Amino acid sequence: MDPQAQGPRAIDIYVDILLLVLLVAAALVVVTLRNLLAAALVLGIYSLIMAALWVVLDAVDVAFTEAAVGAGVTTVFMLLAIAATGRHEKIAHRRPWLPILASLAVGGLMIFGTLDLPAFGDPQAPAQQHVAPHYLEQGEAETGVPNIVTAVLASYRGFDTLGEVTVIFTAGIGVLLMLGVASRRRRAGESDDDDTGDRS
Amino acid sequence: MTEHLVLRVISKLLIPPILLFALYVQMHGDYGPGGGFQAGVIFAAGLVLYGLVFGTAAVRAVAPPRLLVVIACLGVLLYAGVGVASMIGGGAFLEYGALSADATHGNHVGIIIIEIGVGIAVAAVMTIIFSVLAEWR
Amino acid sequence: MEALTHANYWAAIVLAMIGLYAVIAPSNLIKKLIGLGMFQSAIFLVYITAGKVEGGTAPIIDAAYGVYSNPLPHVLILTAIVVAVSTLAVGLALTVAIKRDYGTVEEDEIDEQDRR
Repeated sequence: MDPQAQGPRAIDIYVDILLLVLLVAAALVVVTLRNLLAAALVLGIYSLIMAALWVVLDAVDVAFTEAAVGAGVTTVFMLLAIAATGRHEKIAHRRPWLPILASLAVGGLMIFGTLDLPAFGDPQAPAQQHVAPHYLEQGEAETGVPNIVTAVLASYRGFDTLGEVTVIFTAGIGVLLMLGVASRRRRAGESDDDDTGDRS
Repeated sequence: MTEHLVLRVISKLLIPPILLFALYVQMHGDYGPGGGFQAGVIFAAGLVLYGLVFGTAAVRAVAPPRLLVVIACLGVLLYAGVGVASMIGGGAFLEYGALSADATHGNHVGIIIIEIGVGIAVAAVMTIIFSVLAEWR
Repeated sequence: MEALTHANYWAAIVLAMIGLYAVIAPSNLIKKLIGLGMFQSAIFLVYITAGKVEGGTAPIIDAAYGVYSNPLPHVLILTAIVVAVSTLAVGLALTVAIKRDYGTVEEDEIDEQDRR
């Protein structure tokens, strides 16, 4: 990353294409594997490739999150759930032609939609013209934080992030209510007389 | 997995640096990549590793689910509390500039506090989900 | 390079198609959740691609750099990834609860039990 290298860099494009090919390959492997345990592990690899791709696309904060969440915690959650539900897909995909046709149709429409999008990396694209220049030019002066992603996350879009944290909190409580102590007791048919107010 | 000596020793060596790294990511999020979301997940990953190697009872002893629920609530409330505090300071909800006489300084302080709120909420929720799924039989 | 200006979007669409197939075709609920996660990550890829500026660098302000990529998509996707894992956990918990109540996570067998 030397400061002179500000022009278009071909190596970025090559790495980008290589990672995209790897991503699609990993995705195909995940879908075709009947062994769910293996599929979950390949999904972890998929996330790691995705994290590398985020670095190439300059999204270092996102790469950090993807590496910690996608390749770490998600895989563990998946493995735990598979351990509880069985590790093999019992039934083969029946009549696969209808789903393939449906996804091809949706994909074709989406590719038709991308034809109007500005080219990759275009600095004149509308997405680059709205609020982003203000964040990049004024962000450090207004918040005292050089990492603009943190500044936007916590300050300019603070209300949004409060909502996200609430969603995460709610999801945690939901999991606890569905599979927590109270529901396990009910399944075992025990009375919860040793504990008050713990019913779901 | 309690009988694997190598795994036990290596995880004992790894877990303290993971937790420390989570705190670094939390506090360094203003200047480099990082912040509350990443820090919370990394901290939880340390506890998840502990649980995978030493059993969920060990995690339960360190972080009982009831305590984790309280911590998760505190994280969200800390975030919302900063919003209320800036209202008391004379600004709008979550307008951190009102927290201090100097708007830039107030913004920086507000960002640090809400990132801590995000971090502990995310860490607590991830650990809750892990212990609930891992203890399911 | 002219042909590659939309390669990222097309790769994202291919990933979305694979994800969509994995939501519809398998009868296993865990596999459907995996497909859902893949569809989500395809959408993340579209967002981050839209934020990339040619010759730019990560949006951390430093005197040595002048061009930065757009920070806004990074913020949206950063939070979306963490929200995605918590909602995935809710889905997994539902699947485990279905396994408890039906004894299976295959959609066909669940349908069969419901019809009885």
